[in-house]
Parts: sequence; C-alpha cells; structure tokens
Amino acid sequence: MQIIDMNTTDLRALNTALQAGEAGSAWSVHNPAGRHALAVGLMEDMTVTIDGHAGYYAAGMNQKAQVTINGNAGQGVAENMMSGAVHVKGNASSSAGATAQGGLLVIEGDAGARCGISMKGVDIVVRGSVGHMSAFMGQSGNLVVCGDAGEALGDSLYETRIFVRGTVKGLGADCEEQPMTEQDRTILAGLLERAGVTDCTPADFRRYGSARTLYHFHVDNASAY
Amino acid sequence: MTDHNHDFTKTEPRFSATFDPFTISQIQRAAATGIYDIRGGGTKRKLPHFDDLLFLGASVSRYPLEGYRERCGTDVVLGTRFAKKPIHLKTPVTIAGMSFGALSAQAKEALGRGASAVGTSTTTGDGGMTPEERGHSSTLVYQYLPSRYGMNPDDLRRADAIEVVIGQGAKPGGGGMLLGQKISARVAKMRDLPEGIDQRSACRHPDWTGPDDLEIKIEELREITNWEKPIYVKVGASRPYYDISLAVKAGADVVVLDGMQGGTAATQEVFIEHVGLPILAAIRPAVQALQDLGLHRKVQLIVSGGIRTGADVAKALALGADAVAIGTAALIALGDQNPELAAEYAKLGSVPGAYDDWQDGRDPAGITTQDPALAARLDPIMGGRRIANYLSVLTMEAQTIARACGKSHVHNLEPEDLVALTLEAAAMTRLPLAGTDWYPGKAGF
Repeated sequence: MQIIDMNTTDLRALNTALQAGEAGSAWSVHNPAGRHALAVGLMEDMTVTIDGHAGYYAAGMNQKAQVTINGNAGQGVAENMMSGAVHVKGNASSSAGATAQGGLLVIEGDAGARCGISMKGVDIVVRGSVGHMSAFMGQSGNLVVCGDAGEALGDSLYETRIFVRGTVKGLGADCEEQPMTEQDRTILAGLLERAGVTDCTPADFRRYGSARTLYHFHVDNASAY
Repeated sequence: MTDHNHDFTKTEPRFSATFDPFTISQIQRAAATGIYDIRGGGTKRKLPHFDDLLFLGASVSRYPLEGYRERCGTDVVLGTRFAKKPIHLKTPVTIAGMSFGALSAQAKEALGRGASAVGTSTTTGDGGMTPEERGHSSTLVYQYLPSRYGMNPDDLRRADAIEVVIGQGAKPGGGGMLLGQKISARVAKMRDLPEGIDQRSACRHPDWTGPDDLEIKIEELREITNWEKPIYVKVGASRPYYDISLAVKAGADVVVLDGMQGGTAATQEVFIEHVGLPILAAIRPAVQALQDLGLHRKVQLIVSGGIRTGADVAKALALGADAVAIGTAALIALGDQNPELAAEYAKLGSVPGAYDDWQDGRDPAGITTQDPALAARLDPIMGGRRIANYLSVLTMEAQTIARACGKSHVHNLEPEDLVALTLEAAAMTRLPLAGTDWYPGKAGF
C-alpha cells in the first residue's frame, strides 16, 4: 500500500503518481480535504482509497481502477467513467456518474440532483435516494435507487433502465413505469449483489424506462420538446 | 385608359415589405406542418459585417512592404498561457468544429487532409473523434460538448487541444439535434444511441454550471491530460465582454468567439435568425475584455462566423483576433452549393447557393450526409486539395493586405489600419467612419 498525504503533496503530483500506477498496485490518499479532481484519468486495474471527503469530479474518466471514497463526494463523481468501479461511502452531490460509459458506481448514501445524467452504459447503485432529474437523457446502462427518487425522474430518457425501491416524486417527459421482465430481474439482482446490497431483493423495486414517444419529432409532442 | 400593351387603370401587384413572399411561405409552411422549420447553415439575413470595413493601406505616412519580396509572417501559437504543449500553426485560419454525423466521414477526412497540408488545425464535433479524422489531421482540436457523445479519455489524450464548447454562434443557448436520417449504424454506435432516432443534444453541460464550476472542470481536464493540451473555451456571440472575461477567469488558454453567421448542422430557423450577435459586433468587446485583464495576445482569441476571404481574415486580426475559424466556407470549398448539382438541388426544392437542408442527409455533394452512396461522391483526396487551395488563398490574401499596410506579420495589423463604411459598423467596432475621426459614442460630438 502506497500512501500519499495531500497535506504534503499537491494535486498534480498525486494524479501523476496514480496515472503511472501499475496494475495490481494499491494506494491510499490521506487528508483529501475536499480537493477537486482527485484520482482522475486513472488507467490501470489498481485500488485507490481516498480517506476522507472528495470535491468535484473525483475519479473522473476512470478506466479499470477500483476507487473507494471514505467520505462524501462532490459534483460529478466518476463522471464519464469508462470501466472499473467507484464506491462512495457517504453521500454524493449532483451529477454523480454523469455521461459515464461503463463500470460500476456505488453510492452508500444519497445522491443529489441529476444522478446519472446522460449516462451511457454505466451501472449506478444508490443505497439512499436520488434528487430531481436523475437519469436525464440517460442513454444506456442501469440506475438502481434503493431509496426514493425526486421529480422528473428519467426525463427525455433513451434506453437506460431505472429501478426504484421507494417512491418516485414524479416522472419526466417520456419516462414511464414498465413491467419488470425476467431479464430486468436478473440484471437488478446482479447489480445488487455487485454493490453488496443484501437488505432488499428485485421484488422490492419498480422498473422505469423510455416510452420512446420522443424518438422522432412530431407536432403532437411539441410541448415536450 | 388602356393601350395595346398595358392597363394603366390598375397598379402593379404590390408585395408587402412586412409580409414579403418568403415570410408568407414561412407562415404557410407552419400552418401546413405544425412544427418549426429546421435547417442547416447560419443566418441568411443581411447584417453589419466585415464588408462594412476598409483598410487604409500605406501611403506617405506609412510605408508598405514589397509583395513577394519582404517577409510577412502568418504563423500563430495557440495555448501559451498554461498548456505545456501549445500548438503552432502556419496560418491563422483554422477549421471550425463540425461533427462526424453532421458531415460524412469523407468530408471530415478531406478537412483533415486540407488543413494538414497547409499546417493548420481541424476540429471534431458533437459525436466524437473518428480514426480517419485523427489520422488525417496533423493538429486536431477535440471538442468537449454537453452531450459528451463519444467522449473518452483516450481520445482526449490523443488530441492536440481541447475545446470546451459552451455555445455556438448559430444558436447561443441552444442544444443540438441530428435527425434520424443521419443516425446511421456507425453514428449511432459512436453516440451510444438507437439507430435512426432523432437525436437531441443538451444545451448545458451535465456536470457543471457557471464559471466557477467551469474552472474546476478545466482543472480536471488538465489533470487527465498532464496539463499538456491547450484548453479552448468556445462561446456563441451574445455578451462577449462578460463571456470572454469569465472564460479567461475560468482558466482558458484560448477563447473562441462564434458570430451568428456561423453555421449549424440542424437548428430551428427562428433560432438561427433571431438569437446572437453578428461577429462584427462581438470582436471589439471580446478584445476589450482581454485587454482589461492584461491578457490580450496571452490568451488567444479565435473568431468565426462568416469568414469568407483573406480580407475578412485580415479585418478580424486587425480588430484584435489571433486566428479565425471557418466552417461554412470550408464546406463550400469542398463542393457544397456546386452549380453542377443544380438538377439534384432542384429535386430537393432548392438551388445552388441556397441549399440549406443539411439536416436531412440527402446532400447531393456528399458532404452533409451519412448515405453511403452520396458520401462516396466526395473524394477525400480531391476535397483535401480544394480545402488546402482555399486555405492558401485566404492566407495569401491576408498577407497581401498586411503588406499593403506595412506589416511584417499579419498579427501586426491593428484597428488603426481600418475605417468603417457605415455608422452601424463604426459604432460596433469603434473604428472611425471613413473620412472622419469619429465613431458613434466617441466623446466630443
């Protein structure tokens, strides 16, 4: 385990070291103090533990690495992640997992507004609740919410699957509740297992997806554009 | 009273200036379809433009440089503020961002070939970077857009510069759209979308809002790319003084300012024609912002929107820009609006010179299409040659004017070399009205 103390190391040195880290290596970042852009652009299958709170864009554009944040994460955690996994032990601010194309993002607490905005293949599991406009324009991947969802869930949704256990304050344009298929149950069960969620089952969730009425411009949908 | 040829008892049919024939056709189209008109290109209305400025040239009080004999430099270095690897271009004329999706792969390749041949850059668009484009572009600017279609860190590292797009001149404040006809299997895969749907692009970035967030976003992009790449910030011309100030405050190495003449692949007609500023009105406030921050020429300014000739290039530089970008003009150089295609344009209800249905993917020139048969009409090698020719002419024309003004580098052109032909242009540029030493707003009048 290699330790980097942010009290004595600047951000450039941290990210330079992590981006050069070898596969299989393990790193611990001490005293992050909410610094932005921690552990961004990682490229190897390595483990990084951020021991404290992280600012904006922690683990941004992650490839392969397993990043754990032992605290809260600021805006855009794991934004545009390609692969690997990011695990937030606390809460995450808005736009968690924005535009991410792969990998697994697990948030133990709540996530703010626009969780999974424009997601493109990532799997996101939120143990708590998500804020408004979550999965806005979600293109693919899965958003699992073990708590409640705020207003306008899945607005302008493409092909992302959304699973919510609690209440949904409101659905966005073109998002609808859909029957849970056997394939959905299998996907959801797999995600709960990967996220280490053991206190609920797929049967507790409802499934939401795109009604696909906005896929082609049509005058009858003008008010939704 | 009548004679054999004319009935003088009646007036000629008179068209309304307000409800002119085009406006009437707009109303009729709206009534027939119930949805707004979408088209490509930039504004078509007549606006104050570079044509409203003239160079004074040298005479007794200024002496010119000898054409063909005395050197007049045209190179430009972009990204000198923070980036470890600024880009060095041989000409200040660059190719603006246009997406694979909006344009065919052949068109993108041709733009890359042409730009590379003359030592300038080309730019990706909404939809990601194609291997053809990267392979044929010696200097490639990678756009970072709200949709993040195709965005990935490998391409980010492969780029020579990164352009954070906040807006474009054709639609400041607007998102994008690419209609289903152009969402081919390849385009859909790159964007992670279902094939054939009408694709929407968001108007705001998904993970930041405002200049304070932008500063953090730029820091992240720099951290991912080892602080090597120049970071551009592109805005549509709307409030240029404040937008440029805030982009600089957020840490931009280069700011890109796009006027409303700048083209779009597909946007509502009402948006194209009624939102934003003409580029002529936007350059002076942008330059003023840089000067007020003490960063003029340190943060480079690229302007675009209606650049057609070397005179336009020279005028933009004289007003304080470091470089320009061309989009629509580059497409014309590639073969858009070709008179030889008149019969095919007619089938689409248009004529050479007015074709603007870039959104529907049936471009007979093979440029704004994803139809394999149409796209195959454009030979990327020949297209690249035409782009290189055109870029060379723009550069030589700008040099010609600079030498006539006695400048040993096109960047030595200055506002003092220019006058305005109209009151509007004088007011917008703060250049004196030709034959006077006055512009509207200047004290003492």
